[in-house]
Amino acid sequence: MSMAGIRVRNIAGAALTGALVLGQTVAAHAESTLRVVMHSDLKITDPIWTTAYISRDYGYMVFDTLFALDADLNVRPQMVGDYSVSDDGLTYSFTLRDGLMFHDGEPVISLDAVNSIERWMHKDVMGQKLFEFTDRFEIVDDNTFELHLKEPYGLVLLSLAKPSSNVPFIMPARMAKTPGDAQIEEFIGSGPFVFESGEWEPGNKAVFTKFEDYVPRDEPPSWAAGGKVVNVDRVEWLSMPDQQTQVTALAEGEIDVLEQMPHDLLPLLEGEDDITVWSPNPLGYQYMFRMNWLLPPFDNQQVRQAAIAALNQEDFLKAAIGNPDYYEVCGAMFVCDTTFATDAGSDLLVTSHFERSRELLAEAGYDGAPVVLLHSTDLAVLSNLAPVAKQLLERGGFTVDMQSMDWQTLVSRRSNKGPVGEGGWNALMTAWVAADILNPISTAGINASCEDAWFGWPCDQELEELRDAFARETDLEVQKELATAIQERALEVVTHGYTGQYYVPMAYRSDRVEGLVPGPATYFWNVRKNGE
Amino acid sequence: MLWGGGVLGLMVLIAVAAPWLGTVDPQLIDPAARNAMPWTQGEITAEASESVPFTFRFGTDSLGRDVYSRTLYGARVSLIIGAAVTTLAIALGLIVGLLAGSIGWFDAIVMRVLDGLMAIPPILLALALVALWGSGLWTVILAIAIPEFPRVVRLVRAVTLTLSAEPYVQAAMALGVPLSRRLWRHILPGTLPALIVQGSYIAASAILIEAILSFLGIGIPPEIPTWGNIMAQGRTLFRVFPHNILFPGLFLSLTILAINVMGDGLRDELDPRLARAI
Amino acid sequence: MPGFIFRRLLATIPVLVMVAIIVFSMLRLTPGDPAAIIAGDSASPGQLEAIRTQLGLDQPILTQFLIWSGNLLRGDLGRSFFFKTDVTTLIGQRLEPTLSLALLTMAITLAVSIPLGVIAASRQGSLTDRLIMGFAVMGFSVPVFVIGYALIYLFAVELKWLPVQGYADLADGLWPWLERLILPSLTLSVIYIALIARIARTSVLEVLGQDHVRTARAKGVSRTGVLVHHALRNAAIPIVTVIGLGVGLLIGGVVVTESVFNIPGLGRLTVDAVLSRDFPTIQAIVLLFSVVYVLINLVVDISYVFLDPRIRY
Repeated sequence: MSMAGIRVRNIAGAALTGALVLGQTVAAHAESTLRVVMHSDLKITDPIWTTAYISRDYGYMVFDTLFALDADLNVRPQMVGDYSVSDDGLTYSFTLRDGLMFHDGEPVISLDAVNSIERWMHKDVMGQKLFEFTDRFEIVDDNTFELHLKEPYGLVLLSLAKPSSNVPFIMPARMAKTPGDAQIEEFIGSGPFVFESGEWEPGNKAVFTKFEDYVPRDEPPSWAAGGKVVNVDRVEWLSMPDQQTQVTALAEGEIDVLEQMPHDLLPLLEGEDDITVWSPNPLGYQYMFRMNWLLPPFDNQQVRQAAIAALNQEDFLKAAIGNPDYYEVCGAMFVCDTTFATDAGSDLLVTSHFERSRELLAEAGYDGAPVVLLHSTDLAVLSNLAPVAKQLLERGGFTVDMQSMDWQTLVSRRSNKGPVGEGGWNALMTAWVAADILNPISTAGINASCEDAWFGWPCDQELEELRDAFARETDLEVQKELATAIQERALEVVTHGYTGQYYVPMAYRSDRVEGLVPGPATYFWNVRKNGE
Repeated sequence: MLWGGGVLGLMVLIAVAAPWLGTVDPQLIDPAARNAMPWTQGEITAEASESVPFTFRFGTDSLGRDVYSRTLYGARVSLIIGAAVTTLAIALGLIVGLLAGSIGWFDAIVMRVLDGLMAIPPILLALALVALWGSGLWTVILAIAIPEFPRVVRLVRAVTLTLSAEPYVQAAMALGVPLSRRLWRHILPGTLPALIVQGSYIAASAILIEAILSFLGIGIPPEIPTWGNIMAQGRTLFRVFPHNILFPGLFLSLTILAINVMGDGLRDELDPRLARAI
Repeated sequence: MPGFIFRRLLATIPVLVMVAIIVFSMLRLTPGDPAAIIAGDSASPGQLEAIRTQLGLDQPILTQFLIWSGNLLRGDLGRSFFFKTDVTTLIGQRLEPTLSLALLTMAITLAVSIPLGVIAASRQGSLTDRLIMGFAVMGFSVPVFVIGYALIYLFAVELKWLPVQGYADLADGLWPWLERLILPSLTLSVIYIALIARIARTSVLEVLGQDHVRTARAKGVSRTGVLVHHALRNAAIPIVTVIGLGVGLLIGGVVVTESVFNIPGLGRLTVDAVLSRDFPTIQAIVLLFSVVYVLINLVVDISYVFLDPRIRY
C-alpha cells in the first residue's frame, strides 16, 4: 500500500469516529505536548524481558497487539482484522488488518507477529501455558498466519489479549529474534507513538511523538482495544523522584498528568478545582506476601501457614494506603468482583490469628531462626508493607530480620536462589496489577512448577494438576469450581499471602486534558490537550 | 559557649534518658494511628492484646509510629554517630599525623595519599563508600570518618613539625629520648587544643552528613530512628504533616548549632592563634 | 609567572594520579568480584567473562590500573550498567544543569556574603554584627534539604512567585532558565554565604587592625575608603582561598539540592547511581568532581598573583 493510500485511510478512519474529530483539527495547529509523571523512571525498553509496569506502559506507546481486552473483559481484535477457529478448536487463523506499518516504514508481516509471539511465549506465565499446547505456527502469506494446537485450549485469545505484564507486543522480526535473556536494543514498533531515542535521558525524561502513519481502528477506545487515535503531538514522561514535588508540579500546572497520585498527599489537592482525581484502573492492585520455599523456615508448610495466620489485610492496607476509599479487604485470590472471585479458604489470611500462628510454629518445631524479610524503601505503595509484616510476624512468634534496600536492589536480589548468607532471602512483599491475576493461569503467584515458578519457587504437584485441568476446561461453571479448588489448595500449601486490594488514583489537569482512557495499564491515545 | 554546652548536655541527657521520658518503643507500628497531628490523644497497643491511652506529643508518622519517641531515641543514634566519627577521625588522624610529622619517608607517602583523599568532596566519598559497603551503622560511621580524618592529620602534622623544632624537643632528641616517648611527652599535649576545636566541628559535620545520607536514602537502615531517617521518611508528607520534618529538624539544627557555638568558644579560649587563622 | 603556573600545574598531577588510584581501588579493595559488582546480579556467566576481559581483570593489578587509566585519558569512563549507556554520554547530558546551578550559586554567594562580612566587621560588636554572625552559624547548622523545603513552601507554594521544581535549558530562553534556578541556588548558597561571610569578617577585622590601615584612617581616608581600598583588597586572599576550599561543600550540596528541586544534573545522577549501585557511574562522577575541585583550587592558587601584587613566585 502506498503512503498516500494510508493517509486517506487515516482521515477516513478518524471521520468515522465522529465526536473524536471535533477539536482535533483545532488542536492540530499548535504543537501540543502532554507532560506526564509516570510511576517510575523508564530504564528498560524491552517489555518482554521485564515485567516492570513502566516498560509495559512504554510497550503500549511504541508497540501494538494482535488482540486486546476491552472494559467488559471481552477479547477484541486489534492488529488482527479477521480471525477464525477451526471446528475442532485446533487451528486458529489470523489475518493482519491493512495499513499496519512499523516506525521505520516497513510493513508489518506475519513473520513479525509469529516471531514476537514466540519470544513472548518463552517469558510470560500465560505464554508458557499456551506454548505447552502449541504444536506450531504456520505462515500462510505476509498477512495471514495460523496457530496449530496439540489439543484444544480455551485461553488462546485471552492469552494473546493479555492486558498487563508481559503483554504480547508485536515487534519487527529482527528484534523479536533477540534471545529471551538479552534485551532488545531497538525502539521500533508499529504502535501509535514513536519513541524519540535521541531525546531519551534515563533518570530525567522519555519523549514520544505521534506516529503519523498509524492507522487506528474505527471503533471508540475501550481499555487497550478499539481505535488508538492520537490527539497530541508529543508525550513527555518526566522523572521526578520526590512525590511532593510531583503533586506541587501538577497543582502549579507544570505537568498535566500525575499517573499515580500518592494517597497521603490527596489533601493537597483539595480546593484545586482544575484537577481531577480518578481511578483509571477499576480492578486495582493486590498486595502479595511471598515466601521462599527453597530455604528454611519457609520450606515447611506449617511455618508458611503460621505466617499467613499472623498476617491480616487491614493492617497492611491502613499502613500503606490509609484512605479507606482506596482499599478493600478481600478474601478472593483472583480479585473481588470478578469471574473467579471466592473467599474460600481465606479465613487464616484475612485476619490475624496470633495464637494459631504460635501453635503452628510449635508443631513445626520452628527454632527461632530469623526470617530475612526484604524491605523496599523507595516505592511509596510498598515501603510501609515490610515493617507491618515484621511486627505481625513477630507477634505470631517469628523472629524477623528486616533488610532495607531500594526496589532495584530488591528486584535483583529476589532472583537469588542461594542461602541467606549468600544473598538469598526468606520473604518479600510486592504488588500486582489485578488484571494480571484474574485467573489461575495468569496468576504468577500460584505457579507451583518448582524451579520455573515465580521467585519463591513453590513446588506442588497437585496445584499444578489443578491449574492444568483449568486450562483444558472450556465450561465456565466447571472452571469456577476449579478456580475455587485452586485457591483452597494454594492457601493450604501457602504459595503466598495476598494481603489486600487497593486502588491508585490518577490526577490530571481537567482544565486542559481530556479523554484519558481507563484500563489496567496507562495509555495516551485519545487524550486531548487544550489551551496550548 | 555556655549555652552551647548546655544545649548539647541536654541532648545527651535526653538520649540517655529516652526510655524514661514518657516514650514508647520507637519502632512500634500502629496502622490505625497513622499520620496523627501533634498532641493527638490516642491509644497505643504494645502487645497483641492490651491498649493504653497515649498522647502523641509530636504526632505519628505514616506507619503510626510515635514521632516523639522516635525523635528522642533518634538523639541516641545521631549523637553516637557524632561521637564515634569524631573519636575515629581524631584517633586515626592523631596517629598518622604524629608519625607523618616525625618520620620523613612516611610523611612523603602518606601526605600524597591524603592529598588525593582530600581532593574528593567529602559527601561524595561517603556516598560512594556506603554504596560499596552497604548501609549499616558501622559502615556509615566509617564512611563519614574517612573523608574527615585527613584534615586532622594535616593539623597534627603541622603542630608536630612546629613543636619538633622547639629547643626542648630538640634537646630531648639529642639526649636519645625515644620517638614514642617524645611524641607522648612533648608533642601530643601541644596538639590537644587544636584537636578539641577540630573535634567539635567534625562532630557537627558528622551528624549533618548522616542526616544527608539518610535523606538521600542510603544511610542507616530506615527502621533505626535517627534524626535524618525520621526526616527522610517524613519528607514526602512534609506539606501535609510537617511535624515529621519539624521536630527532628529542630533537634538536629539545635544540636549542631550548639556544637558549632561551643567549638567557636573553645577555639577562642584554647587557641587564639587558630581563632585568627580560621 | 608562566613558570609559576607551569609549576603549579605540574604539582597537581600527583594529586590527580592519587585520586585516580583511590577511585580505582574503591572496587578492588572491596571483598567480592569487581566484575560481578559491575555487572549486577542478573548477569550471565558470559557477560561476566566479557566484563572481566574488558576490565582486564585477568591481568596483574598494575596492568589493570594502566588499562583503566588509559581508557580514562581517552575519555572512556566505562559503561553504566544501569542506564545502559556510556558514562561519558550520561555525564554530558547532565552537565549543563549542574554547571548553571553552581555558577548562579557562586554569583549569589559573592554578591551577598562579602558585603555581609564587611558590614559585620566594620560594626564589630554591634547588633548588626551579632545578627550577621548569628545567621552565619545558623546557616551552618540547618541541613540543606530543610532550607530547600522551607523556600519551596514559602516562595513556590504560598507566594507562587517561582516554579517548584525542574530545569529549563538555557537554549529555551533566559527567564525560564533563571526562574527555575533561583530557589535551588538560594538554598545552596546559604551554607556558602555563612562560610564566606565569616571569613570575610575575620579577614577584614585583621586587616583593619594593621598599622598601615590605622595610618590611612588617621590621615583622614574615609571609613568606606579604608574598607574598600585597604581592608577588602588585603582580605581577598583568605576569601578566595575559602571559596576554593568551599567547592567541596558546594559539590555535596549540589547532590542534595538537585534531589530536592528535581534538577536533572550530575547530583541527581550521583544519587541515582548510588541507589542502583551503578559503580562505573559512581567512579566516574567521583573522579570528575575531584578533578574539578583540584582544578578550581589550582585557579585559586594562581589568582593570588593577581590579587596581591606583593606575591611574586
